[in-house]
Formats: sequence, C-alpha cells, structure tokens
Amino acid sequence: MNNLVYNKNVLDHFQNPRNMGVMENADAEATVGNPTCGDVMKIMIKVEGDRIEDINFQTMGCVAAIATSSMVTEMAKGKSLDEAKKITNKDVAKALGELPPIKVHCSNLAADALKKAIESLNKK
Amino acid sequence: MSLSINMEKIYLDNAATTKVDERVLKAMQPFFLEKFGNASSQHSLGQEAEMALEESRDVIAKSIRAKSDEIFFTSSGTESNNWVIKGVGFENLASGKNHIITTKIEHDCILNSCRWMEKQGFEITYLDVDKEGFVNPSDVRNAISDKTLLVSVIHGNNEIGTIQDIETIGKICRDKGVYFHVDACQSYTKVPIDVRKQNLDLVTLNAHKINGPKGVGALYIREGVKISPLIHGGNQESKMRSGTENIHGIVGFAKAVKISSSGNIRKMAKLRDKLIREISKIPHSKLNGPEGDKRLCNNINFLFEAVEGEAVGAYLDINKICSSTGSACSSHNLKPSHVLKAIGVSPMNLNSSIRLSLSKDNTEKEIDYVIETLRNIIFKLRKVSPFKLKYDGKEK
Repeated sequence: MNNLVYNKNVLDHFQNPRNMGVMENADAEATVGNPTCGDVMKIMIKVEGDRIEDINFQTMGCVAAIATSSMVTEMAKGKSLDEAKKITNKDVAKALGELPPIKVHCSNLAADALKKAIESLNKK
Repeated sequence: MSLSINMEKIYLDNAATTKVDERVLKAMQPFFLEKFGNASSQHSLGQEAEMALEESRDVIAKSIRAKSDEIFFTSSGTESNNWVIKGVGFENLASGKNHIITTKIEHDCILNSCRWMEKQGFEITYLDVDKEGFVNPSDVRNAISDKTLLVSVIHGNNEIGTIQDIETIGKICRDKGVYFHVDACQSYTKVPIDVRKQNLDLVTLNAHKINGPKGVGALYIREGVKISPLIHGGNQESKMRSGTENIHGIVGFAKAVKISSSGNIRKMAKLRDKLIREISKIPHSKLNGPEGDKRLCNNINFLFEAVEGEAVGAYLDINKICSSTGSACSSHNLKPSHVLKAIGVSPMNLNSSIRLSLSKDNTEKEIDYVIETLRNIIFKLRKVSPFKLKYDGKEK
C-alpha cells in the first residue's frame, strides 16, 4: 500500500468498507448527492428504541467519499438518535485522521446523509 | 487481487509524461559538466553548444519535413501553444482580423489562452466534435470568416486519443488564407507529420512525451508566417524566443526523436488493442474515443458506469499501476473533463472514466496483470455503489 494522497486509515476504510451494502427492512434511509463532483451516498438505518441498532451505506464516489461513508457508519452504530444526529462532517474527517484539503468537500456527504435518514424517521 | 510483493510499478500514464530513455540521458550528460557553454558565447565552449543546438534543430526539422530555420525551441508545449495564440493574434491585429477558431477538446493551454484573448477583445469560436471526438473539416470551413486569423486544432487528443484529419483541415485553411496551427504534443513521432504535404503553418512539439526530458518544447513556424515573440530578451532563436537555450534539454529532445521507431508504434498499438478488447468485456464499460488507426497508438480511455474514476485510479495505484482520470475529484478546479463533456458523455457518467497510456517499454505481461486487476477493482467498487446495474449474465 503506497499512496501519498491519503493516510493509512482512509485507505483502510476505502479498501475494507465497514457496514457496506443493502439493508433488508431498514427503518429509514436517505440518499444525498454532492453536486460538485457527482458523488452519491445512501445511508440505511435500523432503530431499536432510540438507538441505531444497525447501519449500512452505499456510495458512488472517490476514495474520500467512500472512506467517510464507512467511518460515519462506525461512529453512529449503537449511538442514540440524538447523539448520532450531532455527528458533524468535521468529526468524521477528524476520525479518519486527515484528508487532503482539496478532498474535504468529498467528506461533506457522510454526516449529511446520516442526519437526513434520522430526520426522515421522525417524520414517519 | 494477486500481486507479487516486489513487483515494480506499472507505468500507464505516458500521456502525462514519460521516463527519459537511457540513450537520451547519455546524450545529455556531457552538456552538464563538460560542454556547458552558452550558445551565444564566441569562445570554443560556446561554439560547441551552438553546434549541438543547430544539429538538434536539424533533427527536429527533418522529422516533420520543415527547414531548420523554421524550428524554434521553447520551454514546453504549453509555451509553444501560448506563443501561437498570443503571438499570431497580436502581430496581426493591425490587419483588422481578430477571430481565432479552435475546438472544444483542446488542451487547457490552448483553451485558457483563448479565454484570455477573449478578454483582450478577440473573438474565439470553439468547434464541437462528434461522439468519437472528431472535428468535422466542413465545420472549420464554415466557421472561417474574413475576420479569421488562425485555426488551432489538437492533432492527437491527450485524453481520448482521437487523431484529427489535419491534412483536410490544412488544405481548407491554406485555400482560405488562414493560418493553421496543430498542437502535436501527443502525436509527435507517433503519427506522421509533414508540414509541406499537410499545409501546416505552425506546429507545437515537445520532448517529455517521447522519452525526452521535461522543460523542452519547440514551435515550427512556416517561413513567412507573421507572429510576434512571446518572450523578449537577448534575441536568441533568431530574435523570436529569448532566453539562454536549454542545450542539454534540446540535445535530449533530438535524441528522443532519433530513437523513435515505427516498431515501437506497432508494439504499443498491439497492446492498446488488447487492453481495449479485454476491458470492453467488463459489463457497462465503454471506450471513450475511436478504435483503430484514428486513435493514438498509446491511448486507452474507458468509462465504467456506477463507479468514480478517482476511486478506480487510487485502487490501481494501490496495486502499483499508474493511471489517470478525468474525474472532477482529481482535478485542481473540481470540474470534470471538458473533453468527455464535448463528446457527449452524460453528466451522470462524467466522473467515471480512466485513462491508460502506454509507452514503448510496457510489456504484455504487465498488460495482462492490469486487465485482471482492473476487472476486480470495478467489481469491488460496484459492490459499494448504490447504483444497481442490469447484467446480462456475462460477468460474476
């Protein structure tokens, strides 16, 4: 593994994405797109009481978009809905270590998608 | 993904730049420590440099059937292209002509020069191309008016490899009395260039795409073409391009031209066609640009639906394969490729392409590994993607 643009942690999440794939019987889901570069991210959640019991993602995007998607699912899993809603895009980028400055916009999808999924739950 | 740990990098980004050939390096070496003179100096060291400069000029001139005094050395293809657009534009402004015709698939150094010229009051026409990237010569004819000074067209496209019919366009321009410039940075030594037969007035060449050094370019200016210098100073290059000549670079440039061969072109074309044939078998993939003789012998550019080019490129890099992508995410300005846009790739697929560009040094073994690796990468990334593609059962 030899890539000077991204750190080890980012590359790990990119190559071994956590909680990836379709979720059967999701309680809520949300899809957000990044108009800047055409990335699309989908978050699916399963809720038990007020906790996120399970969470999955699917992303079409660059390395940073896939890695931040994977990271946000790890961060949100097991958290209460209120806690999960407070996760910001900055938190996700920070948890990954660092992103190249030009790539920061790619990380803006992850927390947005999560928030949108939680909000759609409240509307039900 | 199978990968032997000690495998060297597979370099498939030769349209960006190439490795300097060892014979080129060897030819350049004496000009650093021994023959380091300034070609303008009157002493023996200077004369030695001057001689090497003129010998190199002869080599470049001969390769495109120009006369030696029609070749002017520059710092790069970018400089040569800037020089053409600005130098021809301003030198001829007094004639009342202020119109330049170019295409939507030029290199940024032409497009951004043209945009700058628009701010100076020039009028620019950016011609459309068809879905394989070809300029229709009759579009060129129709765009020429009595205000037109110059037509500038890229010979072999750097992204999708389309080779334009410069002979037909050259004839049209000559008949209409309009200067014709060809940007041959990618095509030089790969596609025949004959400035007499093809009616070319200006041709941009450079060294580092053909296993020569970076930092050297050239501009062919047909005798009689009215163009003002871009760089003013000590009047080198027949007062047309000032600055002490980059002798070691120019000597390397000439050597790179000398070692180019038709055998290498055939070898690259064969590997290109194998890559195209095999990558086409990946479902929902599409070749950008034409097939066959009208494509640069070293260019492969594929679109893969539902994945992002930057991610494909990063995965290839992790697997020691150097490639390039036109996706927004990998560019400085976060805009997708203007070339893919011009050939009609849909907005949704604009960020999904990857370019592989060969050199004479790539091997069939490398290509086999690339095909297998790429297939696995696309499969893996599509598993992550929310877009579900319909498969006809030919792929896992």
